[in-house]
Amino acid sequence: MNRTPLYERHIALGAKMVDFAGWTMPLYYSSIFEEVMAVRKSVGVFDVSHMGEIVVEGQETVDFVNFLVTNDFSSVPEGKAMYTVMCNEAGGIVDDLVVYKISREKAIMVVNAANIEKDYEWIKTHSKNFNVEVRNVSDETALVAFQGPKSQEALQRVVNVDLEGIGYYSFQWGRLDGESVLVSRTGYTGEDGFELMMNAESAARIWDTLVEIAGAVDGKPAGLGARDVCRLEASYLLYGQDMDESTNPFEVGLSWVVKMNKDFVGKEALLELKEKVERKLVALELSGRRIARKGYIVLKEGKEVGTITSGNFSPTLGKSIALALVSRCVKTGDRLEVAFPGKNVEAHVVKKPFYRGSVRREA
Amino acid sequence: MRMKKYTRTHEWVEIEGKVATVGITNHAQEELGDVVYVDLPEVGKEVKKGDVVASIESVKAAADVYAPLSGKITEVNERLETEPELINKDAEGEGWIFKMEIADESELSDLLDEQAYKEFCEQK
Repeated sequence: MNRTPLYERHIALGAKMVDFAGWTMPLYYSSIFEEVMAVRKSVGVFDVSHMGEIVVEGQETVDFVNFLVTNDFSSVPEGKAMYTVMCNEAGGIVDDLVVYKISREKAIMVVNAANIEKDYEWIKTHSKNFNVEVRNVSDETALVAFQGPKSQEALQRVVNVDLEGIGYYSFQWGRLDGESVLVSRTGYTGEDGFELMMNAESAARIWDTLVEIAGAVDGKPAGLGARDVCRLEASYLLYGQDMDESTNPFEVGLSWVVKMNKDFVGKEALLELKEKVERKLVALELSGRRIARKGYIVLKEGKEVGTITSGNFSPTLGKSIALALVSRCVKTGDRLEVAFPGKNVEAHVVKKPFYRGSVRREA
Repeated sequence: MRMKKYTRTHEWVEIEGKVATVGITNHAQEELGDVVYVDLPEVGKEVKKGDVVASIESVKAAADVYAPLSGKITEVNERLETEPELINKDAEGEGWIFKMEIADESELSDLLDEQAYKEFCEQK
């Protein structure tokens, strides 16, 4: 099992540790629901160093990244990041990722922990026809998410950049505890917040500082459990659950990251798939408090129409919620049933997201 | 006489005469994390020691609750239907799950005392 540079800190904080995607990670420190409430009302501090960072550098960085991903990286200004997916030749999703445009000749791709090796090989293989160098810097890089409506107020006390000047999905280099950090207004919780990228060696000190300033506004460290609840409430997808190589971006509601006015791996397949989308990812609210787990069958008028991809109990809404990949005949407002072991439970299709937090919309 | 015993499947059992009150241990509650749903047994149901009588769902997983003894379910904690979090707040008090009438007192000898249960948890 891999350990992040913050492993000792988690143990010292009494975290309940779990194995996740090859990493030993904190599931929670106090309680998942308390940590969710901290994120919703104040600040949660998450170690997300298990995520991968792959650097692309060289004259053809922009062209190369643009060829790998479906979204348009050429139109992203320096100092901004972009959410996108990478597809294979068949249009299946290899991974979803955030790409930072450091300069015209340097980009950082932040990829999912479970996909680091796969993505690195994929990116390297495709780089052969481009004048770029590709490096996997995941081991030497730490990433901490500082998320919640009080995140700017708290973080501003210890970081030397003007946070108000950092728009949604923008970033700046700054200093915290004398260490260099890349501060971006990004996140995965539905709340306003920042992600801080730093060298692995400075991570422990910076973590302690972040936990302390979060505590001053009633915030706290938060684990993967709270991260999963928050992202589901915000209807953000999780790779390996809601999408994988057997799904395409149109099915899971990510057509907004597919730009057909450029060339990229999988474009031809996606042009065809776009005309025959047969499934879609919908949001469900369930009756009662039971949690719909991945793989449970979804029925409409007794007929199987799809499966649950993610489910959890939302402490913010006081309801059991889920995402399901279903036949496109399913519509908002439809009454469905989810097959729990031994019993069906009623569910209704609702609009995404389940919960809209303080996340900034403006760039 | 009142006594409190434990099972190897992490139930606590408080015995008072012929009646046993059953819940999951604080240790089990900590392992499960935030509880969101408790499926309670039916009052009047006859159960055998080791039967699954209730289930608890937490954010992390679903867990079965086993009958620590054979007998008849006489009462369930209906508060858990709307306040399943009582199990996290007070697993060995207000978070009790059901009461049962003990059919065979000889089965009591299979249960662990507090010290033995503590050691059992530490071994795992």
